[in-house]
Amino acid sequence: MSASQHVNARPADLSKWLMGAVSLLIYLFLYLPIAIVILYSFNETKVSVWPIQTYTLDWYRELRTDTELINAVKLSVRVALVAAGSAMVLGTLGALALDRHKIRFKPGIRFLIVLPITLPGVVTGIALLAYFSLSDQPLSFWSTEILGVTFPWPLIIAHITFSITLVLSTVSARLYQMPRFLDEASADLGASPLRTFRKVTLPLIFPAMLSGGILAFTLSFDEVVVSLFLKGRENTLPLLIWGRLRLGLSPEINAVATVITVVSLLGILASTLLIGKAFWTGEARST
Amino acid sequence: MPDGPAMSTTTSRAELTGVPTRPPGRRLQGLALLAPPVLWMLFFYLAPLLILLAYAFWSVDYLTVTREFTLENFRTVVTNDLYPRVLARTVFIAALVTVIDIVLAFPIAYFLAKKVTHHRQLLLMLVIFPLWSSYLVRAFAWRTILGTNGVLNSFLEWTGITSEPLAFLLFSKEAMVLTFAQVWLPFMILPLFAVLDQIPNSLLEASADLGSNGWRTFRTVIFPLALPGVVAGSLSVFSLTMGDYITPTLLGGPGDQLIGKIIADNFGTANNWPLGAALVVPLLIVIFSFLVVANRFGALGRSAV
Repeated sequence: MSASQHVNARPADLSKWLMGAVSLLIYLFLYLPIAIVILYSFNETKVSVWPIQTYTLDWYRELRTDTELINAVKLSVRVALVAAGSAMVLGTLGALALDRHKIRFKPGIRFLIVLPITLPGVVTGIALLAYFSLSDQPLSFWSTEILGVTFPWPLIIAHITFSITLVLSTVSARLYQMPRFLDEASADLGASPLRTFRKVTLPLIFPAMLSGGILAFTLSFDEVVVSLFLKGRENTLPLLIWGRLRLGLSPEINAVATVITVVSLLGILASTLLIGKAFWTGEARST
Repeated sequence: MPDGPAMSTTTSRAELTGVPTRPPGRRLQGLALLAPPVLWMLFFYLAPLLILLAYAFWSVDYLTVTREFTLENFRTVVTNDLYPRVLARTVFIAALVTVIDIVLAFPIAYFLAKKVTHHRQLLLMLVIFPLWSSYLVRAFAWRTILGTNGVLNSFLEWTGITSEPLAFLLFSKEAMVLTFAQVWLPFMILPLFAVLDQIPNSLLEASADLGSNGWRTFRTVIFPLALPGVVAGSLSVFSLTMGDYITPTLLGGPGDQLIGKIIADNFGTANNWPLGAALVVPLLIVIFSFLVVANRFGALGRSAV
């Protein structure tokens, strides 16, 4: 009975399996370095040979007493928090203006705002270095101490700049999907623009803002290409890793990288869940 | 005209609701919203870029920069036989990496867009996730893999395929290309997936019904429709490779320097900022040309980030 069906089904199935197999290989290629890093963080010796002779958790134990590393993590968190937080405000303002208002030179403005992630990081890094050096002061001059902790502003400013792009695109995408009549209905019912923003727009775009913020945080936490030119006296975590990498990869760095990878994974999951929730609430409200 | 349908919905929506009744304060409100991010970008991105370009016209006199107009740096960039070769090599490697990524991204993007029925979201997330693990560490992991006493060599000896380490693996153009292709691959897969996902299945069926084989359907239907995604992904991969200095430092050999590394060195150990700034100019020209081409293909705004 299914002879003809079978003939028809076969090539499609075959191509699906073939493509699936190729895709699996590409996934393996994508994850190979990450797998190696995680695997060799449990390697007892410093030489990364196959197969691993003895497994150990010592490198993770060492992380806890490495003060240089802990300070770098603290600085990275500080920078990433300030960058993501500022970008959530600035990026959202930009997204609202570009989506909801008639503005002259819109394509030009959009172009300006996506430029920091279109041009190579090295250009951003040296441009800001050149900019801050016009004052003939060393970069550390632009760091301030607040409540006993340092804030290296050139570095933070660079991170805010590319974070704005990330938040703006996430929020823009959300605004684009959001039916405009929600704002209009609110205005028709007599709400002031501020009230409409607080009660209608903000709750709807907040998950996208937060999601963009989390992405910005993750990117900032990992950034090295721009930061290398703008570091003050203290190292962020990736800068510390860069410094130590040049002495050779130790399993300890593999252990740090594993920890970062797990933290990033959690960040991405949180961000995705938030976007998912935004989709859901958006649909529920528009029907 | 990729914007066509979207534009027409906005106009009809505007007509329906009669939006043109704009309160006078509305324009001001828009400007007030836009001012902070735009001023930020002007002060902390555009102005630094212009200052950087200004440096290209200055000169360096034993570690101090002399702020007097000169074209000397550009003369060096063009006439010195090192820099044009480095630029050509960088463009070649960036193009090679881009082509490799297009070839690698197509099957997986097509599989995700057209073949997968279950767990599509999860599989897509798995493509994105490597981007958020440390780039530095992923690049370095290749050194662990390819090194003389590295994972691959010891693996090959362990299985008995080779009896002594292959020294040529690390510190070579091939090692750089492999690393670049791997670290940037998600930037190609994502925009490609987005365009392939938009192609209606009926088009593919129609092509098959009209007697096209798979290759012909790919060549005449799928590829032309996927082109904006290919261009968007290529823009990311090409631009990221053009400016990178991490991978050349970690995996390139002494004769494999790329322009990004030389620019970075001029702002670091070589300490010749004006020359470094002048080297940025050809880099920007190449990337902006690519942007113009991408724009013609309607690819802008489609790249992954």
